[in-house]
Amino acid sequence: MNRIHYLFNHKKERVLSIYFTAGFPNLEDTVSIMEAIQAGGADIIEIGVPYSDPVADGPTIQDSNKIALDNGMTMKLLFEQLIGFRAKIHLPVVLMGYLNPIIQFGMEEFCQKCKEVGVDGLIVPDLPMQQYLDEYKALFDQFGIVNTFLISPQTSEKRIREIDENTDGFIYMVSSHSITGAKAEISEEQITYFKRVEEMNLKNPRLIGFGISDSETFSTASKYSNGAIIGSAFIKVIKDSKNLSEDIQKYLKGVKAQ
Amino acid sequence: MIRVDEKGFYGKFGGAYIPEMLYPNVEELKENYEAIMASEDFQKEFRSLLKDYVGRPTPLYLANRLSEKYGAKIYLKREDLCHTGAHKVNNTIGQILLAKRLGKKRIIAETGAGQHGVATATVCALMGMDCTVYMGEIDIARQRPNVERMKILGAKVVPATSGSKTLKDATNEAMRAWINNPVDTHYIIGSVVGPHPYPEMVARFQSVISEEIRWQLKEKEGRENPDIVIACVGGGSNAAGAFYHYYNTPEVRLVAAEAAGLGVSSGKSAATTALGTPGILHGSKTILMQTEDGQVVEPHSISAGLDYPGIGPVHAHLFDIGRGEFVAVEDKDAMAAGIELSRLEGIIPAIESAHAIYALNQIEYGKDDIIVINLSGRGDKDLETYIKWGGY
Repeated sequence: MNRIHYLFNHKKERVLSIYFTAGFPNLEDTVSIMEAIQAGGADIIEIGVPYSDPVADGPTIQDSNKIALDNGMTMKLLFEQLIGFRAKIHLPVVLMGYLNPIIQFGMEEFCQKCKEVGVDGLIVPDLPMQQYLDEYKALFDQFGIVNTFLISPQTSEKRIREIDENTDGFIYMVSSHSITGAKAEISEEQITYFKRVEEMNLKNPRLIGFGISDSETFSTASKYSNGAIIGSAFIKVIKDSKNLSEDIQKYLKGVKAQ
Repeated sequence: MIRVDEKGFYGKFGGAYIPEMLYPNVEELKENYEAIMASEDFQKEFRSLLKDYVGRPTPLYLANRLSEKYGAKIYLKREDLCHTGAHKVNNTIGQILLAKRLGKKRIIAETGAGQHGVATATVCALMGMDCTVYMGEIDIARQRPNVERMKILGAKVVPATSGSKTLKDATNEAMRAWINNPVDTHYIIGSVVGPHPYPEMVARFQSVISEEIRWQLKEKEGRENPDIVIACVGGGSNAAGAFYHYYNTPEVRLVAAEAAGLGVSSGKSAATTALGTPGILHGSKTILMQTEDGQVVEPHSISAGLDYPGIGPVHAHLFDIGRGEFVAVEDKDAMAAGIELSRLEGIIPAIESAHAIYALNQIEYGKDDIIVINLSGRGDKDLETYIKWGGY
């Protein structure tokens, strides 16, 4: 069974997913950051594949992408770093990356590598649902890779239903009209949107991302969904860290505190 | 037959590869633009503004001394005489009328040379709409007069400080701004790039250029079709406009002049078809300059309007099927051509357009051939670059 399915079969509440950019802050940090995220008690590890033009991301993640690329991170190197990580990491691992680097690598080879090293799922923000269904779904299925779609406050009910129908993992709820890292707290308007989607009784679990940064926002998001995704706030934690393992575990303990 | 299909593709290129957050906006546009553009009310307002505000039709001018020098009958399509100094305004007029009909209150835009930014700020002033223009930090420095023009017109100019700090990054920032303001904001893309329906929509607004060339040439030469149409290509909106009504007339040769910068192999170039490979940029599948790893390469051209690592999907298609002839013009040759045109015809062209002039040296033609060069913009904005370059 795919680890993402296993996770949501066993845990319905306060699922915590942590995003970091591969190759940031240092080129060789990938697996040690994953170990610290697992030790800190998160439930999903989301590894960002750096890209020169991340249009859905705010300044914090843009910077981490740029630094990672300057450090020399490539898709090929990332897969080399990931060889053997399953000896240490049991959490589900999702790769988040933009479509262009993936198709240059080759979608089939990419899916095959994901399967080989033990990656469970993908988030490709600029891969629209129709293109996925037309061009790539068969490949994802063949290699047992779970695809994740985003929805936003603007997404119509009809479209959410279609996305739910074509998802077999979890739905990534973008918390507001924003790029990553934009907001500090959760507004009434956002809560109305969270409730509206909650009441749709979708078949897939939902994780809320964008603007989640601390125990308060994590708890609020978790009240109306199955959990949340933290990205920019985590990047800030590791950016200037002198002791990655310690700082990551301390931060995650704080986020999980109720 | 060259035309966009219902999924937004020209052959292998096009489509709408966008984050879900932009899906409702792009879908709204896709569902409505054709009906709005076809409506009598829209056409009436659009045509009347093109005539009385932009100053269309722009002249199709027989450049005698240029013709003599190059040994062909060369016409210049004088888009440089449009209000605001370039063809860009044809599209911004169209899109602002569209935005109004979609009930939008705010306009955002990206700009390279600043011509599209000025054209957007202009129509926003005209319609009393709030306007924010994203512009690369480097372009802000090299196109100062256009930055000030936008500000005088009441627009806010926001520097794009990421990546190469030029047009590509300004486009990223505008897309991010649209994600952040999806409900009341329309994004006026300035070229035939971006997710479907932008490339086709912008091309249709610009197609007035070739529509006019056809009847003007008929008046002057008794025929609608020249032998060759030449235009410069950054994203490719002026070229799309000049080629549009000739796409499916194979006897008309379509020549696209790209910016080779310091030379195609110099590592400082924006010659997309010479250096690029298929991939995805700014929401469409096209040809772009990228590393083996799929990272977008930072382009270089002396001309801010051509300093872009991709081309519109329709141009990628013209290249792919061999319908377009693509030439790459170096900075130094474009500058020389700009000065040459100034001396021969008393017209100082935009450096973008000077690339199209230089292409006369790179293609074959006969002395009886009729060549139309789309003179997309005037050189006022480039005065500082001309002064620094010297050689006149």
